[in-house]
Amino acid sequence: MSDAPDLEFLPGEMGVYFHWPFCASKCPYCDFNAHVADNVSHERWRAAYQRAVSHYAEMLPDKRVVSIFFGGGTPSLMEPESVAAAIDAVRAGWPCSNTLEVTLEANPTSVEAAKLAAFREAGVNRVSLGVQALNDADLSFLGRAHDAAQAVHAIKISQEIFERVSFDLIYARPSQTLEGWRDELCRALDLARGHMSLYQLTIERSTPFYLRSKRGEFVMPGEAMGADFYHLTQDVTEEAGMPAYEVSNHAVAGQECRHNMIYWTGADYIGIGPGAHGRFMRDGAVYASRDHHAPEVWLSRVEADGSGAHPFEAVDAAGRFEAGLMTGLRLCGGVDVEALSKTSGKSFNDMVDLKKLDVAVREGWAVFDGVRLRLTREGILRLNALLPYLLV
Amino acid sequence: MTKPLSQIRNFAIIAHIDHGKSTLADRLIQTCGGLEEREMQQQVLDSMEIERERGITIKAQTVRLAYTAKDGVEYQFNLMDTPGHVDFSYEVSRSLASCEGSLLVVDATQGVEAQTLANVYQALDNNHEIIPVINKIDLPAADVDNAKQQIEDVIGLDASEAVSVSGKTGIGIPGLLEAIVKRLPPPHEGDANKPTKALLVDSWYDTYLGVVVLVRVIDGYLKKGQKIKFMSNGRTREIDRVGMFTPKHVLLDELGPGEMGFITAAIKDISETNVGDTITDDKKPCDKALPGFKPSVPMVFCSFYPADAGDFEKLKTSLGKLRLNDASLHYEMETSQALGLGFRCGFLGLLHMEIIQERLEREFDLDLIPTAPSVVYKINMTNGDQIELYNPVDMPDVVKIDNIEEPWIKATILVPDEYLGGLLQLCQDRRGVQIDLTYAGGRAMLVYRLPLNEVVFDFYDRLKSISKGYASFDYELDGYGENDLVKLEIRVNDEPVDALAMIVHRASAEYRGRAMCERLKELIPRQMFKIAIQAAIGGKVIARENVSALRKDVTAKCYGGDITRKKKLLEKQKKGKAKMRQYGNVEIPQSAFIAALKMGDE
Ligand SMILES: Nc1nc2c(ncn2[C@@H]2O[C@H](COP(=O)(O)OP(=O)(O)O)[C@@H](O)[C@H]2O)c(=O)[nH]1
Ligand SMILES: C[S@@+](CC[C@H](N)C(=O)[O-])C[C@H]1O[C@@H](n2cnc3c(N)ncnc32)[C@H](O)[C@@H]1O
Ligand code: SF4
Ligand SMILES: [Mg+2]
Repeated sequence: MSDAPDLEFLPGEMGVYFHWPFCASKCPYCDFNAHVADNVSHERWRAAYQRAVSHYAEMLPDKRVVSIFFGGGTPSLMEPESVAAAIDAVRAGWPCSNTLEVTLEANPTSVEAAKLAAFREAGVNRVSLGVQALNDADLSFLGRAHDAAQAVHAIKISQEIFERVSFDLIYARPSQTLEGWRDELCRALDLARGHMSLYQLTIERSTPFYLRSKRGEFVMPGEAMGADFYHLTQDVTEEAGMPAYEVSNHAVAGQECRHNMIYWTGADYIGIGPGAHGRFMRDGAVYASRDHHAPEVWLSRVEADGSGAHPFEAVDAAGRFEAGLMTGLRLCGGVDVEALSKTSGKSFNDMVDLKKLDVAVREGWAVFDGVRLRLTREGILRLNALLPYLLV
Repeated sequence: MTKPLSQIRNFAIIAHIDHGKSTLADRLIQTCGGLEEREMQQQVLDSMEIERERGITIKAQTVRLAYTAKDGVEYQFNLMDTPGHVDFSYEVSRSLASCEGSLLVVDATQGVEAQTLANVYQALDNNHEIIPVINKIDLPAADVDNAKQQIEDVIGLDASEAVSVSGKTGIGIPGLLEAIVKRLPPPHEGDANKPTKALLVDSWYDTYLGVVVLVRVIDGYLKKGQKIKFMSNGRTREIDRVGMFTPKHVLLDELGPGEMGFITAAIKDISETNVGDTITDDKKPCDKALPGFKPSVPMVFCSFYPADAGDFEKLKTSLGKLRLNDASLHYEMETSQALGLGFRCGFLGLLHMEIIQERLEREFDLDLIPTAPSVVYKINMTNGDQIELYNPVDMPDVVKIDNIEEPWIKATILVPDEYLGGLLQLCQDRRGVQIDLTYAGGRAMLVYRLPLNEVVFDFYDRLKSISKGYASFDYELDGYGENDLVKLEIRVNDEPVDALAMIVHRASAEYRGRAMCERLKELIPRQMFKIAIQAAIGGKVIARENVSALRKDVTAKCYGGDITRKKKLLEKQKKGKAKMRQYGNVEIPQSAFIAALKMGDE
């Protein structure tokens, strides 16, 4: 089998996601499946990841792995041996691409040169750092354990050890000004090498921020302000040669995150770890998987029978089409509707209201040449409303 | 054996809600041995759940009691429990017409209320002898003298011989029973030898017996096997049962002059048995029907839509079932662009409407969307025709209209002095015309003429809130009157929202229109397109609001688990589309209109 182009995937090519559900402290805006725990048994977790991988390897023998991603939580808190064991298990289970991308999410507080080197030894070739802000006041508002200097230091040593380093920033924060953000973003662009994720702060239910904003302790930027922030971000990053390729992800050409492209182009991925999701083709049908959410439950399930997943759910043709459109339109390059029709088994004309698509094109939200449908910046900003509008 | 007239007493109990009518009736039944102690359940007369809960009686009921007086004679008492609300005022008047006297029950801690007044006047119209009964004298707050004073001042009845009782403890009940014998007259007329003539007091549907007809015999007899005729519609039926309530069903051979009881005659449809009708013998009919018969006319209209469109059939059968027992409920199917398929319903009044809605929701487990209540307008066309308008949507083209008449009511309001100012203002705002204002015992009695249209919406709620619940209100219909009325239309993106159309006085149109536009602006979720909301009269826009287009709603993050969550949301949104209505280029959730209707009119 020959190697596929980096960001387009052949049938059978697959990503593997590992979820590490622990953090050193819990951030008040975060609704990820992340817990603060004192004594994590690294041996048990290591064994469980290995066991779950071989379970999937038996179930899905005909796959080929093109990407591995350690997400969290804070996977940089994992022991490098565990990361190595998980990667090795994947390599033992399936043939892997020569250009296998192996990403690990890291927190600036838990990276030191020695540990990063050990992760590289284990097989990691890309890190994504949770920087979040480049000023101390906002970092403390966000409840982060690091300050701006530590963040910059973390970026620098990571770049010494890894060729591919990305970092995350959260913007559109309460009391942030457009000018302040422009400054911070420019500093970030100076530090960045190839890739950045820039997320607008979202107030999630079931986080401390939710209650605090309800109580009026801080005021989030309104919708119009959010749009202004977005435009500013796009203008500045385009100017700097690191345009968005997805709603919140920016890269210089060729440095896009392959793992995320798997999600957004509808390719196969399996999810291993508490609360991890997967989506893959098996015997001609597409299934969605969801692992047990609670770390303890997941662990004991895997130890008992090799899998921590709930029963798989079959995804029908319409579901495949909708998911494909939903994620594909997040990409600045849009979706190849012919390919989507073919892989989902639903024709574009049956699923999309063409009159409404016309309206969206006229309004300047979408561009459609009959094959590729993509949203403009204004269209992407309205994606949540556009989707149900376009779908019949 | 039927009793001689001199040993019969037919009487009603008149009381404001909660003054103790049902409790007193229970006590009388118990004292006369109509039910054993163990059979007594509270308020035996209010048989429907909703009646018991709301303390109102919807159907008239009678109970026959045997009372042996101090003179040693056994009397037959027919105690009539009348429907307790003006919406049923015609039914009340027919119940009262079947009696010769009334007990006027006044709560010693409350005094006279508006509802009491209306019923007392009706009793007086029926030439009743009235015994004032001061109730709840067991309570520490009881003020018997004040209650008597109010009866004299407000009603103008002599209260010097009022009987003081406690329906709860039974104090004064023996004296009351004697007073009924001595002070209330026996039936005035009644000739056993004349052809059968009986008043149809009320009727209801019973699953086992079919339609049960409550009757008061004037002349002659009603017997099993007899072929009878209903004089209003000429229908004939054969009586298969004759009986009385004690309050248990007890079958009898016959009902004679002056007596009350029930008959059944294999009747399936309650609309055959009109309240106030005269029942006679088919072969030997009486020469003249009893006076006062009126067919029932709905006065207040609103539409019910099922919140879940799949419940339409259920709503239809449920209305059918209610109609079995309520000939005054009218309904027909209707289609609304905003709300889908539903029914336009006609009611005797506001309470009737509320009861029907509540029963549909409770007994039939329906989730309903009621539209704003409206009244029946008479539209005089330029060509001389007169049209009755039941639904604002059907308003003809204004250029063809000469004038519009609306129904008026005469309202009687009793209110403690301190709230008078607020109530005068309310009546004024609702285009009321003051007829009378008098004071008695720290309270004002206001009589106003008001357009029914202004009352159907939230007048009663406003009245209660302004007076902190102390005002009481009653009304009677008072003819039609011409007025400057217009159809106020609400448009979304230039398309009329049928369910929100209303007929209003021109003077309040702008205010009402603006209020509705502002409300919708709050309720309609923002969309990709600007939404224009307008209130218009004819072609002229009198108020407008815009819901601005949304600029950004995209979620920042969308990875593995987010994809699943977002997919679920998308599915929900797609399902929700079924409940959306298209207005120009936007789809608006039905729920926004429902909320607009529910919010009332401040
Ligand atoms: N203390 C006291 N309470 C009474 C008396 N008569 C009725 N009540 C109470 O007053 C309330 C209303 O009584 P009810 O008979 O339902 O009134 P109705 O609405 O006129 O039928 C109930 O809570 C009764 O228990 C009485 O003589 N004394
Ligand atoms: C899987 S998370 C965790 C990565 C890592 N544990 C950390 O926090 O540094 C990935 C990124 O999502 C972003 N994120 C998490 N919660 C967010 C929120 N409520 N609003 C916007 N971005 C958020 C942060 O930038 C975070 O780095
Ligand atoms: S460190 Fe990352 S995963 Fe952990 S709580 Fe903070 S944002 Fe969430
Ligand atoms: Mg009662």
